[in-house]
Amino acid sequence: MNPALLALEDGTVFEGRSFGARTERTGEVVFNTAITGYQEIFTDPSYSGQIVVLTNPQIGNYGANADDCEAAQPWIEGLVVREFSPLASNWRSQEEAEHFLAHNDIPVAAEIDTRALVRHLRSRGVMRGVLSTTSADAKELVDKARHAPSMAGLDLATRVTTPERYEWAAGVSPCSPSDVIPDPGPVRHHVVAYDFGIKRNILRRLVHAGAHVTVVPAHTPAEDVLALKPDGVFLSNGPGDPEPLHYQQEQVRKLIGKTPIFGICLGQQILGLAVGGRTYKLKFGHRGANHPVLNRITNKVEITSHNHGFAVDPESLNPAEVELTHINLNDNTLEGFRLRNHPVFCVQYHPEAAPGPHDSHYLFDQFARTMDEFRGADCQSARRSATGASEEAPR
Amino acid sequence: MPRRDDLHRILIVGSGPIVIGQACEFDYSGVQACKSLRSDGYEVVLINSNPATIMTDPEMADRTYVEPLSLEFAEEVIRRERPDALLSTVGGQTGLNLSVALAEAGVLERYGVELIGANIEAIKKAEDRLLFKDAMMKIGLESARSQLVNSVDAGGEFAGKNGYPVILRPSFTLGGTGGGIAYNREELEEILERGLDLSPVHECLVEESLLGWKEFELEVMRDLADNAIIICSIENFDPMGVHTGDSITVAPAQTLTDREYQMMRDAAIGCLREIGVDTGGSNVQFALNPESGRMVIIEMNPRVSRSSALASKATGFPIAKIAARLAVGYRLDEIRNDITRVTPACFEPTLDYVVVKIPRWQFEKFPGAEPVLGTQMKSVGEVMSIGRTFKQALGKGMRSLETGKSSASVTWDEALLPKRLITPNPERLGYLRFALQRSMSLDELHDMTAIDPWFLRQVREMVDLEASIQGRQLDELSAADLLRLKRDGISDNAIARATDTGMLAVRARRKALGVRAVFNRVDTCAAEFESFTPYLYSSYESEDEAAPQPGRKVIILGSGPNRIGQGLEFDYCCCHASFALQDFGVESIMINCNPETVSTDYDTSDRLYFEPLTLEEVLNIVDVERPDGVIVQFGGQTPLTLALPLKKLGVPIIGTDPESIDLAEDRKLFGALLDRLGIPSPPNGTATSEDEAVAVARRLGFPVLVRPSYVLGGRAMTIAYDDDTVRRYMREAVVFSQDRPVLIDRFLEDATEVDVDALCDGENVLIAGIMEHIEEAGVHSGDSSCVLPAIALGLRELQAIRRYTRELALALRVIGLMNVQYAIKDGAVYVLEVNPRASRTIPYVSKATGVPLPKIAVGLMLGRSLADFADLYAGRVDNDSDVAVLRVPKYFVKSPVFPFSKFPGVDPALGPEMRSTGEVMGVGENFGEAFAKAQLSAGTPLPDKGTVFISVNDRHKGDAVDIARRFVEFGFRIAATRGTAAVLKHANVPCRTVLKVNEGRPNPVDLLKAGSLQLLIYTSTGAHSFPDEQELRRAAVAHRIPCITTISAAKAAAEAVASRNRDPIRVWSLQEIHSNATEPIVSSGVRAGDGQHAKGA
Ligand SMILES: Nc1ncnc2c1ncn2[C@@H]1O[C@H](COP(=O)(O)OP(=O)(O)O)[C@@H](O)[C@H]1O
Ligand SMILES: Nc1ncnc2c1ncn2[C@@H]1O[C@H](COP(=O)(O)OP(=O)(O)O)[C@@H](O)[C@H]1O
Ligand SMILES: [Mg+2]
Ligand SMILES: [Mg+2]
Repeated sequence: MNPALLALEDGTVFEGRSFGARTERTGEVVFNTAITGYQEIFTDPSYSGQIVVLTNPQIGNYGANADDCEAAQPWIEGLVVREFSPLASNWRSQEEAEHFLAHNDIPVAAEIDTRALVRHLRSRGVMRGVLSTTSADAKELVDKARHAPSMAGLDLATRVTTPERYEWAAGVSPCSPSDVIPDPGPVRHHVVAYDFGIKRNILRRLVHAGAHVTVVPAHTPAEDVLALKPDGVFLSNGPGDPEPLHYQQEQVRKLIGKTPIFGICLGQQILGLAVGGRTYKLKFGHRGANHPVLNRITNKVEITSHNHGFAVDPESLNPAEVELTHINLNDNTLEGFRLRNHPVFCVQYHPEAAPGPHDSHYLFDQFARTMDEFRGADCQSARRSATGASEEAPR
Repeated sequence: MPRRDDLHRILIVGSGPIVIGQACEFDYSGVQACKSLRSDGYEVVLINSNPATIMTDPEMADRTYVEPLSLEFAEEVIRRERPDALLSTVGGQTGLNLSVALAEAGVLERYGVELIGANIEAIKKAEDRLLFKDAMMKIGLESARSQLVNSVDAGGEFAGKNGYPVILRPSFTLGGTGGGIAYNREELEEILERGLDLSPVHECLVEESLLGWKEFELEVMRDLADNAIIICSIENFDPMGVHTGDSITVAPAQTLTDREYQMMRDAAIGCLREIGVDTGGSNVQFALNPESGRMVIIEMNPRVSRSSALASKATGFPIAKIAARLAVGYRLDEIRNDITRVTPACFEPTLDYVVVKIPRWQFEKFPGAEPVLGTQMKSVGEVMSIGRTFKQALGKGMRSLETGKSSASVTWDEALLPKRLITPNPERLGYLRFALQRSMSLDELHDMTAIDPWFLRQVREMVDLEASIQGRQLDELSAADLLRLKRDGISDNAIARATDTGMLAVRARRKALGVRAVFNRVDTCAAEFESFTPYLYSSYESEDEAAPQPGRKVIILGSGPNRIGQGLEFDYCCCHASFALQDFGVESIMINCNPETVSTDYDTSDRLYFEPLTLEEVLNIVDVERPDGVIVQFGGQTPLTLALPLKKLGVPIIGTDPESIDLAEDRKLFGALLDRLGIPSPPNGTATSEDEAVAVARRLGFPVLVRPSYVLGGRAMTIAYDDDTVRRYMREAVVFSQDRPVLIDRFLEDATEVDVDALCDGENVLIAGIMEHIEEAGVHSGDSSCVLPAIALGLRELQAIRRYTRELALALRVIGLMNVQYAIKDGAVYVLEVNPRASRTIPYVSKATGVPLPKIAVGLMLGRSLADFADLYAGRVDNDSDVAVLRVPKYFVKSPVFPFSKFPGVDPALGPEMRSTGEVMGVGENFGEAFAKAQLSAGTPLPDKGTVFISVNDRHKGDAVDIARRFVEFGFRIAATRGTAAVLKHANVPCRTVLKVNEGRPNPVDLLKAGSLQLLIYTSTGAHSFPDEQELRRAAVAHRIPCITTISAAKAAAEAVASRNRDPIRVWSLQEIHSNATEPIVSSGVRAGDGQHAKGA
């Protein structure tokens, strides 16, 4: 049994048992409270630069499979859990979770008092840390943690984005004979998606909303995007601080009004900054699958999937231009807004779920309707439709 | 949508007596509903026939009716009260069925009562298995292939088409009563016949077998605005084929990916929407094919259920409480989460621990019933345990069971291995561990049990870890070793066995090495937010969240899992102890591991430790809390077994000294005490050999009562009328030894038994109740009906009882409660036993007298005197007698409820071994009325016309004449066996002679099945009863014909029938019955208004 060390910048050190890769990784230590979906979390590019603590104490139970990947490989820097299962039991499992992480060079610290760690992060705020399954020198690791780059001001999106533009047309594949997934039907829209670390399930959901998707790198100029004649532009989720992404904010500013825009997570933050708003870092972020979000238009609550450390400050948005559409009922942070005069809307949480509840899938159809109406090139109608669309949602 | 203002008065229907499949979880949900509705300003009227519930305490509702849950009595309550609405969803299946009956009989409409919670259409759609399947098909959810049948042949046809095995499920029965798995035509006929018979609509579902599939449950809540959330996912350790109530279950689900879990979540919410459960909680069950992932929906319950109680305790999310508020119009996001205070109740709890539920069975009490588990629930109770990992939780769970045997001390039979693994049974987990010790492979085990490999692997890790320290020296074990053992749920006892030391040695060693238990909080949010409720479980993590408070505090030891002889009554006492402590300004700390109870509601005590009631765990808690006192008097036998060890270790036990409690249990010492006081007890002796036993029996004179030392609930008692029986008993029935001799008492035949509950402060004694049993001594006190006030006791007998009770209480230096059982024969009063602790009858006596006995008892334990509580019983005492006795303003009859219908083939004759699971109370102006109500509530209503079958042994022939004559006066016809008939005819009571079962046909069994007998009076011939008698009694149970097996009960039945012909349908609320009270008795713990505010605050 090899030891694993997790050293935090404030000097706190947790010792556990190592699984996965023999290596050392540095990152911001964050926690996620979702009970299911560890594989989706491993492979969500938004976790790039982060060591993830899972509060569910039993991880690895159902192994790993190709369908549940949100990207080509895992993006977390390291994994911290209470207990890690060496045995995988599920009909879809193709390999043990440990192998999956090991041959992607990701270290695991197991048998850690994750609850104590979470309580620590909750009160002190997330902080930098080093997870090592090779070194036993706690002091040195704490030192390394202190010298690691801090998340604030860090541009990670352009690091994880696709180097090349590519096309996406694949939908969701059923996980069981009883998993009824309606057929996408004929392609009705061409969506250009900015990849800041996009999750595959967003692409799959866009496909089920009738879109053919062209995914473009984070540094693609607005002109090139418009040249692709999109029916709509999508701004993806992604890691790091939105603030330094000035170029992307600039492109988005150019696109507003020329095409319908839908943003998720980092996408919302970039939009917020693009329209003159401010973003700020949350003490310990929102990472989980149980956050209640109130849709102010339908006055209904959605149980939603979250993964963000930064948020848009509602005070910083101009009420004359921006309408706040979604609010988090736990802490009243801003979860979604739309522009009053343009077919532009976004949410801070993850309507594509994966992992998490499906309560918010309706937003993808809302995007499709917005694009339909924009074909008539009338922003007004598009705005109303956005309202109309949300009325019967969420289902 | 805020609360509805058009409603003012709401009627809540309770779930009646505790029966298998419907236990105190519905007291828990009922209490929560009452509290939250009242704190929202509604007037609450309650009807429930079960006096042992907290929910029927006068403080809980504005008006409380302890009356039969029957159409006629419920209507009378509605007629009197005119409620605006009826909340149908917190009273279990019973409450739901009664609500439906009231609606269908047009009662609700007639009195303008609105059904809230679930509407009739929704209930119908969910309960009617066919409508349900159609509804599910409509939303694309698959159900098992099946067919509703009303005849055995139709069932055979289906099986012929779809092949065996098939699952049989009678419609509208509780906990699957009468259902089963048929592997062939014979079984099909047997089970189906019984099932059709038990179904109120004579209907049964024949269904494709999903045996071996994975089984899951989701607890869903939905509000009027269509916000829907999942409170908890539960995965069954035992696959499909074992009723969830009989399965080990685990929360949260462990082997589902997010894709599969979300598929199930969508299905569950879709199901609620389609069925039309607009508000409240429901429970949806799924089966999942482990190879293909094919998902089938099994059923949904449109109400608060057993599982939702478990889910509430497992997550800290109070489902019933929230459900009640949703029913009156609130939205989920308008309700606050008690635990975090800042966040709304509209979210999905997340767990950073694992919860395990393990059922407890008692097949040993039902000889003739095969200890096999199937689709019908058989367990009488359950434990829940919380650990940071599955292994830790499972370890704690097994300890919580209190099977009496430590997992190691039981010996497993190698020969039984495959059978005990393949066929689900109460010992399967034990055999699983045994097989793993025999290093059977996970694959083999999976093939035999179909239990998920992940679970099997976890159990193996525990077994291997235990094996790894076998034979090691304790001091060889490092801190790291011990920490690993404790983190994986291995008990100090197990370590002690492995290292051949003692539990206390292990404890000392690990503490010296710094391996201490710490406590984590159940907070609904995996520590994402701060928690304000001290709802704690132990672990061996790095940080302690207990945060003990300064100031006076007392720990109450709960009663653990429900079992026959120790159930709801003791939880009632524990809860009241807690409320009382709070009243007296003392912090109350509860320890218990039974998820069904009110005591494990984080809202009940100031602090709740959800832990096994073992010395190890209790000491861990004492270490952090350092209490000023520990109360062991209220939790039945469970805490008493801990009392002495705790005292020896210097833990302050308050109330009666554990030594006195022990003395009362010790034959010799107690005998000596009785001699000193000159109090008679049945002549008795002890024996340690067959011959000695016979000698003693002869000396005492037959019949004798033989039993092993140290037993509970009358385990393994036999009444012997001759040498042979004694010899057989010594040879086959019991194990005995020099230090555990067999106890032999002179059996007092036809003696009247009396139960007495009393309070004592060391100097003064207050007798709370002198309960006269209806059945004579020989029927366990817990199994016989009894009445307050006593109706047939003479003045001298009463005087003796009062004097003995006083002297015993003082001699045993009782501080608090005491229970004495007497038998009266030929005017002489004998003491049968003394229990210096709260008894099963305390809730019943409290309700009959209107005096909160547990509260006073706690006061006494805290050092006050009886006089200090005069205001609580002023004006309710008979002081004209030498000893103060509480008065009762009406007649109150308590009657037991039996689970025989769950155990076909078991002889339902009553004896000294307790077998009832629950009780009901009947209230009346006269004894007959009270008894009739009690019998109705107990599910054995007495007929008001038809034929009475009488067959009594010679001793009773005289009485039989009077009884028969009365029934004839009431217009009944009499049928009797030859002997009895002769006597009756001679006394010219008209009657018709019928053959005995062994004489030929038609015999009474045939007549009974043909429906031409409405009441049986059948006293057995004294000695061991004959097969034909058993057959008749069994038939009576199967056909729900009241079968009276004692003469005194027969006399009572006559009284009851008289009342039914004479008295009108009338009901009284407890509040009006006791309105003469000087001061309304209110415990802060349950005062209306604090429903919302968690106690720990
Ligand atoms: N088709 C089936 N094949 C095998 N087992 C079944 C089947 N249907 C139900 N069961 C088992 O029977 C138990 C009881 O069935 P259920 O429909 O839940 O009745 P109840 O209303 O008593 O809960 C379930 O928990 C499940 O384990
Ligand atoms: N000597 C006796 N004569 C007649 N009945 C007895 C005698 N002793 C016990 N019983 C019957 O057996 C029942 C159980 O005996 P008890 O001593 O109360 O055991 P437990 O501790 O299980 O209550 C009593 O309720 C009583 O009906
Ligand atoms: Mg069920
Ligand atoms: Mg007794």
